Amino acid sequence: MRTTRRAVRWRPRPLASAVFGLCLLTGCAGDSPSALNPGGTGATRIAGLWWLLFWISMAVFVEVMALLVWALVFRRGDVRVRHGQPLRFVTIAGAAIPFVILVAVYGAGLRDLAALGAAPDRDAPTVEVTGHTWWWEVRYPGASGATANEIHIPVGERVRVRLRTDDVLHSFWVPQLMPKTDLIAGETRETWLQAERAGSYRGQCAEYCGTQHAHMAFLVVAQPRAEFDAWLARLNAPARQPQTDAERRGEQAFVQGTCAACHSIRGTGAQGTVGPDLSNVGSRWSIGAGAVPNDAGHLGGWIANSQTVKPGNAMPPQPVEAARLPDLIAYLRSLE
Amino acid sequence: MSTTTNPPTGLDGDDLARLAEHWGERPSLRAWFGTTDHKRIGRRYLVTAGFFFVLAGLSALVMRTQLARPESGVVSPQEYNQLFTMHGTAMIFLFATPMLFGFGNFLVPLMIGARDMAFPRLNAFGYWVFLFAGLFMWASVPFGAAPNNGWFAYAPLNQLQHNPGLHMDIYALGLLFLGISTTSASINFIVTALKLRAPGMSLNRVPLFVWAIVATSFMVIFALPALNADNALLFLDRRFDTHFFDPAGGGNVLLWQHLFWIFGHPDVYIIVMPGLGIVSAVLPAFTRRGVVGYPLIVLAIVAISIVSFGVWVHHMFATGLPQLSYSFFSAASTIITIPSGLQIFAWLATMLLGRLVLRVPLLFVIGFIVTFVLGGFTGAMFALTAFDQQTTDSYFVVAHFHYVLIGGAVFPMLAGVYYWLPKITGRMYHEGLGRWAFWLVFAGMHVTFFPMHLTGLFGMPRRIYTYRSEPGWDGWNLVSTVGSYLLALGLLLVLVGIVHTLRRGRPAPPDPWEADSLEWTAASPPEPYNFPVIPQVHSLHPTWDERTAESIGPGATPDRILSEGRRTVFTSELDARYERAVEMPESSLKPLVLAGALLVFFVTMLFAWYPVAVAAVLVVAGSIAAWLWPPRRPDEELGVVA
Amino acid sequence: MTDRGGVVAAATGAEALSTELPVGRPTSWWGMVMFVATEATLFACLLGSYFYLRFQFGPQWPPGGLEKPKLVIPLLMTLVLVPSSIPVVWAEHGIRRGQRWRLRAGLAATLVMGLTFMGLLVKEYSDDLKMHTMTTDVYGSLFYVITGFHGLHVSVGLMMIGWLLAASLRGGSFGSHRHERVRNAAIYWHFVDTVWVAILFTIYLSPRL
Ligand code: HEA
Ligand code: HEA
Ligand code: HEC
Ligand code: CUA
Ligand SMILES: [Cu+2]
Repeated sequence: MRTTRRAVRWRPRPLASAVFGLCLLTGCAGDSPSALNPGGTGATRIAGLWWLLFWISMAVFVEVMALLVWALVFRRGDVRVRHGQPLRFVTIAGAAIPFVILVAVYGAGLRDLAALGAAPDRDAPTVEVTGHTWWWEVRYPGASGATANEIHIPVGERVRVRLRTDDVLHSFWVPQLMPKTDLIAGETRETWLQAERAGSYRGQCAEYCGTQHAHMAFLVVAQPRAEFDAWLARLNAPARQPQTDAERRGEQAFVQGTCAACHSIRGTGAQGTVGPDLSNVGSRWSIGAGAVPNDAGHLGGWIANSQTVKPGNAMPPQPVEAARLPDLIAYLRSLE
Repeated sequence: MSTTTNPPTGLDGDDLARLAEHWGERPSLRAWFGTTDHKRIGRRYLVTAGFFFVLAGLSALVMRTQLARPESGVVSPQEYNQLFTMHGTAMIFLFATPMLFGFGNFLVPLMIGARDMAFPRLNAFGYWVFLFAGLFMWASVPFGAAPNNGWFAYAPLNQLQHNPGLHMDIYALGLLFLGISTTSASINFIVTALKLRAPGMSLNRVPLFVWAIVATSFMVIFALPALNADNALLFLDRRFDTHFFDPAGGGNVLLWQHLFWIFGHPDVYIIVMPGLGIVSAVLPAFTRRGVVGYPLIVLAIVAISIVSFGVWVHHMFATGLPQLSYSFFSAASTIITIPSGLQIFAWLATMLLGRLVLRVPLLFVIGFIVTFVLGGFTGAMFALTAFDQQTTDSYFVVAHFHYVLIGGAVFPMLAGVYYWLPKITGRMYHEGLGRWAFWLVFAGMHVTFFPMHLTGLFGMPRRIYTYRSEPGWDGWNLVSTVGSYLLALGLLLVLVGIVHTLRRGRPAPPDPWEADSLEWTAASPPEPYNFPVIPQVHSLHPTWDERTAESIGPGATPDRILSEGRRTVFTSELDARYERAVEMPESSLKPLVLAGALLVFFVTMLFAWYPVAVAAVLVVAGSIAAWLWPPRRPDEELGVVA
Repeated sequence: MTDRGGVVAAATGAEALSTELPVGRPTSWWGMVMFVATEATLFACLLGSYFYLRFQFGPQWPPGGLEKPKLVIPLLMTLVLVPSSIPVVWAEHGIRRGQRWRLRAGLAATLVMGLTFMGLLVKEYSDDLKMHTMTTDVYGSLFYVITGFHGLHVSVGLMMIGWLLAASLRGGSFGSHRHERVRNAAIYWHFVDTVWVAILFTIYLSPRL
């Protein structure tokens, strides 16, 4: 797997993050999923809009504070005052000036709204994303396979994203690339992604969708066209064949065990559709839509009892013999 | 009628004794349960809403503790989801509105120079329903059956198939139950303000707080039905297999959102408007002058209450509706900031032209201005659809609404608590304690919620029970949590201050602040009949006005003393001309019985004991019929022709 | 109190708007008007939901090959319910002059008409239920919930009328100086009537447009 994979940091870094927060004003957001650190066309526009709004607000806030402080400093005392109805001041400062500001800002907002609404070309690459409680199914029209919680796109191109949900509402959000679009039950929505630089961008479900709404993240991997094509080609081909004995035993356990009822692996007898397609699970960035990192230990823990990892998720604890577990792990890890 | 051709003026001891006899209540269990005194009911509203506030606030503390660090396990996801839902639902429905209605209940009759609300028994009924509905909803928490779908409970997650158990039945029934209380209180406020104003209090002399309460009540009248319809349809979907929100049966999930926000957006102004009214009521006392721009503020209040019905789609900017409708709702949401700005600058002008007396209530008003303006700005930002699509459902929104809710409603409430404590309890609060409380609450508020702007921009969605460590999230979440403890400490000091006032406070004179509105002419605490003489109002600042003072002193006339019977005055709706004296109802247990029967109804609906529910409906109908049954009068009095 | 201006003037003139001298609407009038306002909003929400769901649903309405609703019974129901406001006005008008017999007769007439309406509703339901129910699809849900909710309101209105009738039969309840309750119940009844017209249009006529 040769993409500029974002180093997944699982250790808390309190100090780093506090320091980072302090440099909010400079926008040096580093490697975070921050809307102020855009990597794509849509988010860049919004970051620009934000800074405009931010500075206007600051200016008005300073004005209000100045008046308040003036009153606090110079207008103290305990004398009944009876004069003055400065209606003109109130109307100008409280209505006329804000009106002018708001009209200007509204214009800017409308311009950006139109820009976000501009649909990609008809022949633009398309991704079909289906929300499930609580994971994302990802398909490419034309490719037979599917993946989960990971969307690959060619960098620099505008990619159409077609959004559907299998159950409740979810919302598709990649802060660094594109604002949200909700997934509406019974309907199809569209948005687009356009990454300006290669890299991985964290996305997360942003509409409350029940118990594990917290763990419904995904990763958008923007890669050069050639790499993307190669990746897509693999999505069309059968999954990697098991090479070692352990892997072969793992495959057997998987296909003959309970797993196949819910999961598919291309080119095997496993054709379940309840859970994510696992044909390339070994190369994915996480297990359980961002619940835990994708390594052997966590994979084992997940298979043994995913409910301790992601309580409430739709995969019940599996009756896997302890002896079979290492084989299963070896097999799934090998599926790149 | 004691009117004679040449009425004697002034009040004498006999009048006072008679008033006390007609209005007073001898302490007894029956009197306690049956009281219709708006001041007692108002106090109960305040205490009960305060109790729900503490529960909802403690829920928030648990949430903040869970969120302090990444991947902590203080609560399970199921528990967290119930906590934030109950937190939001209770803060909005069981705390903010009832608390402000509590102020309204206590103050509106006093401010307009009346002796009670227009419908005292309905008022008592409304309180009991509020109490029962609140308990109904909170009782689900210990059973782990509390609502768990967020305070706006989107479909289809609220459907039985996605959300089994009683959680959302409690939500739907609880809010329907509570709606009865809110609606009846609103009707009561409107009618009270229309008909019971003291003679001479024409519309241009009505205190701004009363304007705010009336505007709020009108918003309730026209907004709450949308929520009720929504919840009724939800309950039918869940229990009786209808398909309103079920796409498989031809229904539509966005219908829920439209109906909810047609209510929900006006509701946020329902919450803030009385808060702004409190600000307008408090300022004159501490700036030593009337609020600048009274007509502008009235205009702003009316404008907000109308325009607020035309912006609801700004809560649905990410649902993918047509761009054209977004540009309309975006424009409306932008415009609605203007009346708020107008009020802010009117208050600033008041402060700039007045003389500030920096007591605790004024501190909270200043805290209000700082906080509310910041929250208002983020609101104005959301009004731009494109920006909102990026920040909606992130912690940036959580920051916005706590700034406006705490800044716009809680700070004014606290200002109001300190300001009216002398009137409510008859004792003065402790200034030092109050200042400490203010600074802690103010600092705690900003330390808690300011960082949420940042975490939101850094990509943190709301309503997640835990998160993986991300740059910018961990540190700021910890800061928020520390802030929330600070805030809780500040609020604890408020509570301590109140207890201290009750136990140790110096007795308060009727008018400790030399304020301008009528409640300060009544005793502290007011007599059961509020005013020995119903004032004749001559200006917008009746307490600062000699002729009004004269009208309740040497100029008192029997038609405004009305010491025979339990009576108050009706005046005309617009210009408050004296119409007639009317008899007010006595205390009664019927409101309690009726509310109790409704409680039985909702509980039995919840548990699907439908036969009992039917019986409860019969009791409800019967007690209403008995309540309103006309007394038998002789035909001459009725005016019947043979 | 003298009043010769006919029904319209009786309902809208200055006299009509006062119960007791001197002039001024009583609090209960305002209370009822506000209550009706909030109830009307509730119906507006339901009818709005009908149109929303209908237009979101697609061209074929009612769905599932169901026939468009038949008009005979609903029109009959209209013919019974809408005129039932007249006896109420007449009764109220009468008691304002202190004529108790008119109150009694008018209320009784309204009661009969309202009960006829409810009877027709039952008949209508028993026909419809053969074809579809509340749980068939969203159309069924809307149809039964909206008409049922209105039926509930008619029942409440009938209870009010019945209650007034009982009180007036007892005597000692109403007269030219005391008829607030009559007027308030009348307002409610007119409201229930008016809503029916909106429902007739929405549920029965609009699918044919
Ligand atoms: C007290 C409650 C309250 C108040 C007063 C407001 C006030 C405003 N709100 Fe807010 N809002 C909420 C409570 C409130 N809100 C809640 C609870 C939610 C979230 C619900 C949820 O999702 O759970 C919400 C969410 C919310 C959203 C949806 C966000 C989202 O979910 O994506 C939007 C979008 O437009 C919005 C807009 C506004 C606007 C424009 C105002 C304006 O009225 C603000 C006006 C005030 C000012 C602007 C400041 C003073 C003015 C000046 C000093 C003049 C100069 C100003 C300028 C030039 C700008 N609000
Ligand atoms: C008026 C409304 C109101 C108020 C006052 C508050 C007050 C607070 N709220 Fe909030 N909140 C909402 C309305 C409100 N809230 C709403 C509508 C939501 C959305 C829910 C949803 O998504 O559905 C929300 C959501 C919400 C969230 C987001 C949850 C999520 O999305 O996952 C958070 C997180 O920190 C939070 C925190 C707090 C805190 C720390 C306070 C503090 O201010 C609370 C302080 C109060 C107390 C602590 C109690 C009083 C204490 C005493 C009197 C002293 C006694 C105390 C001790 C012994 C310690 N609230
Ligand atoms: C009843 C259905 C069901 C069965 C049986 C089942 N799974 Fe799953 N599985 C799921 C679902 C649903 C998810 C997605 C959970 C989530 O992320 O919320 C999942 C997720 C996974 C994942 C993580 C995939 C990812 O990309 O995050 C792995 C690995 C996995 N299952 C392996 C297995 C194995 C191995 C077995 C058999 C021993 C098995 N599953 C049996 C339903 C099932
Ligand atoms: Cu899916 Cu939240
Ligand atoms: Cu809003």
